Amino acid sequence: MSDMHSMTLSEIAAKLQSREISVEYVVQSCLDRIESTEPRVGALLSVQAEEALARAHAMDQSGPEADKPLWGVPMVLKDLLTTKGVPTTCASKILENFVPFYDATVVERLRDAGAVLLGKANMDEFAMGSSTENSAFKKTANPWDPERVPGGSSGGSGATVAACQCYGALGTDTGGSIRLPASFCGVVGLKPTYGRVSRFGMVAYGSSLDQIGPMTRSVEDAARVLQIIAGHDPKDSTSVNCEVPDYCAALGKEDLSGVRIGLPEEYWGEGLAPEVETACREAIAKAESLGAQTVPVKLSLTDYAIATYYIIAMAEASSNLSRFDGVRYGYRNKEADELIDMYTRSRTEGFGDEVQRRIIMGAYVLSSGYYDAYYRKAAQVRRLIRKDFEQAFEQCDVIAGPVCPTTAFRSGEKADPLQMYLMDIFTISLNLAGLPGMSLPVGLGSESQMPVGLQLMGPAFSEERLLSVADTLERALPPMPVPEM
Amino acid sequence: MKISPEEVAKVAGLARLDLSDDKIELFSGQLDDILNYMDKLGELDTSDVEPMYSPVEHTTVLRADEPRKDYSRDEVLSNAPEQDGAFFIVPRIV
Repeated sequence: MSDMHSMTLSEIAAKLQSREISVEYVVQSCLDRIESTEPRVGALLSVQAEEALARAHAMDQSGPEADKPLWGVPMVLKDLLTTKGVPTTCASKILENFVPFYDATVVERLRDAGAVLLGKANMDEFAMGSSTENSAFKKTANPWDPERVPGGSSGGSGATVAACQCYGALGTDTGGSIRLPASFCGVVGLKPTYGRVSRFGMVAYGSSLDQIGPMTRSVEDAARVLQIIAGHDPKDSTSVNCEVPDYCAALGKEDLSGVRIGLPEEYWGEGLAPEVETACREAIAKAESLGAQTVPVKLSLTDYAIATYYIIAMAEASSNLSRFDGVRYGYRNKEADELIDMYTRSRTEGFGDEVQRRIIMGAYVLSSGYYDAYYRKAAQVRRLIRKDFEQAFEQCDVIAGPVCPTTAFRSGEKADPLQMYLMDIFTISLNLAGLPGMSLPVGLGSESQMPVGLQLMGPAFSEERLLSVADTLERALPPMPVPEM
Repeated sequence: MKISPEEVAKVAGLARLDLSDDKIELFSGQLDDILNYMDKLGELDTSDVEPMYSPVEHTTVLRADEPRKDYSRDEVLSNAPEQDGAFFIVPRIV
């Protein structure tokens, strides 16, 4: 079964349910694949091989359970989702030895659905970055070209799926951190509506922006994983208590007639790499040929989104990261003989540069003299950005544009922090507004031969329609190749 | 100059970070660029706009104040850099 690795999650789940193959065989083959590809990709921070094999063995003994849709399916988690008994490091030295005693709600739900968790994926430290170059432990390479970044901050999750080390992964998206690596690695990445998925057990970065979502090799796979992780959780006061639709039932439509796709001029103008524009326009033309109607829309505040986002995200980060003081968990400097000195030395030695930069920036914009000028102002613009989307969605059902102005850039190419922040121009507004969006691979750029992602965005809680549109389009587009490794 | 090296050092100290002089210099340049970029928000009139702090508004985060024990003491202490089986140990304060 040489093509087993590149199968989709849905395909492997069906084979496992019918006992065509054993869980142990699938898990072992993923572990073998990890062993052969990790030296080149570096997608994972830890692999729980023994636990996974033991679980697989036990599952084979007891047999498939039809009510567990992910029964036996190997998956990977971004290393900021707490996992009972397994290190959760956030790719930071400060949490290098942290072993949680509880599971995040999403982890609990995946386990309950029968998934076998193989390992924890590399990321930018505390999810701060757009390239996975900010990990304290290692850099992840893009499976399509090891010289290039996988995108960030869920770069490990994107790379492990693209490298066929597992059948699906969870990432988190604060400003584009699922969609960007999905686009750079050529996989499907879905950021759900804020509140759709519980954030309990996710180490917080920007609490009002963070959302957990699936990264998979097909739209159907994303729907299956979302089905399991979505839904109200009393442990997370920001999780919304509303019904979860049947996402898979919305798939399999043959055309897009009746769907109005909004094209914001701000996303399709200057600054877009020609190869990205071409690939995305071809996908839109395909959607039109399937019956979709395109309409021009305006997201006139797009230019202000990055400034708004970074003020809010950094403010929330500085507050969230104040809990790392070396007392209850995490790294502690042992030489300090006084309390404040211990806090300071532990944090200074434990946090990397980008994290420190954002803490300082966040503390500054929240300080009494600047609060109104920065944080309050940004929160006001945030409301205007949401209104911008609401107005646009009066004219269309989904909005489409590129995920990123370019394909994956080379490692080390964006050394200046502001330059790196600008990579998020097309993804960030959606997090500010709390809306769902996804990246659908639409082919390779003609120049770089690197994957290009088309971003589809929808009104709050419209995941069903987004998945439906993406699924129809995915089946009409040429199949996305798997990177040679 | 929106933020001076002295201000960076001061804010870093308040955030319990101790930066080397080189890093203070580097950060103040970078933070200055970022703050200048952020000033573009001043172009927008937001005088009548209610700030939006979270996409999930109008929710109550209050629950019944009932004591419960989700985790054991051993679990809670399990990741502490220093503990004595009953308490977290910190450097002497007084």
